Amino acid sequence: MVAASKIRKAQNQMEASRPYAERIRRVIGHLGNANPDYKHPWLVEREVKRVGYIVISTDRGLCGGLNINMFKTVINELSKRKEQDVEVDLVLVGAKAVQFFRRLGGSVVGTATHLGDKPHVNDLIGAIKIMLDSYSEGTIDRLFLVHNDFVNTMSQVPQVKSLLPVSAIDLGEETLQDHWDYIYEPEATELLDDVLMRYIESQVYRGAVENFACEMAAKMVAMKSATDNAGDIIDELQLAYNKARQASITQEISEIVGGAAAVSG
Amino acid sequence: MATIQVDIVSAEGEIYSGDASMVYAPAKMGEVGISPRHAPLLTALKPGEVRIEDTEGKEHFFYITGGILEIQPHIVTVLADTALRGDELDEAAALQAQQDAEEALAGISEETDLARAQEELAEARARYIAAQRLKGR
Repeated sequence: MVAASKIRKAQNQMEASRPYAERIRRVIGHLGNANPDYKHPWLVEREVKRVGYIVISTDRGLCGGLNINMFKTVINELSKRKEQDVEVDLVLVGAKAVQFFRRLGGSVVGTATHLGDKPHVNDLIGAIKIMLDSYSEGTIDRLFLVHNDFVNTMSQVPQVKSLLPVSAIDLGEETLQDHWDYIYEPEATELLDDVLMRYIESQVYRGAVENFACEMAAKMVAMKSATDNAGDIIDELQLAYNKARQASITQEISEIVGGAAAVSG
Repeated sequence: MATIQVDIVSAEGEIYSGDASMVYAPAKMGEVGISPRHAPLLTALKPGEVRIEDTEGKEHFFYITGGILEIQPHIVTVLADTALRGDELDEAAALQAQQDAEEALAGISEETDLARAQEELAEARARYIAAQRLKGR
């Protein structure tokens, strides 16, 4: 069970990315509180005319309905947007998504494929930057991340998460209780850029790792049911073979008996 | 002796965690030395070396490619980047991703198409054989 051990590794990777994300979230909370007057464009909600989706799929197939289920979610989202007269840009991660959207169409502005068994932030930076830039330029007004959520080995659920604007970050009770603040070097506003970008990247990275865990889990289940089905077919064929053999033996015996009876009679 | 907890983490995992008596880090505005009970400070890091003197006087070195340094009186956190960053490099990566998209959608150099192509080949071959048989009749 190769996939089983890979699930464990991917889950460890997910676990390993948590401290970074938590700390960076806290830092953003501080930065936000430190400059209540300054509104970073990534923190401000605006009217939605065009949205971006980062879709994370797998690179390889043989993982059951994992990708298809997620693409269904994406298509649902897309048709909802269409009704609202909102245009959509896509960034695709994983070869399966590229394959799918080539046939479906849609405005694909960036891709990242062949992440391998161990996704790296490095491989995702370019694709993410395209979206962040077009958000800063005002081309898109919201950014979402779509990937499979790892519930457990048997269950993976496609999820749509909002990345930008970063309103969902809990600026938190913790920071309200603290009466101290950092010294910022350089200015807090400059730092906020860096920190926010890394925060988004860590979110997407986490999505990629989680999706990989899902892929492996789905593979394991798909392979197991394939093995089971093959076993069932083998059983059926064995039965048919036995019946046929028995029938031929019975026929032979009855012929011999009939022949002997004719001779002695 | 006063000590300070040091954590070096990146998005891909924990790199170092332990107590130290002194930490040096390459901040954007110049190298900083951090003793225990340093004032809270938040700063960007540039590529360079993080040096940690642990409680036994041993030195640990970590090369980082940049990141964010967060200091609280009893804890120092280095949020290290996992890759070499810089506006130009990021720009190049973005451009690459865009090109990949164009190529992938145009159908050039796409390995994942292999499976599909093989399927189509098998189908074409089956048709050819069928056609030959029809001819032979």
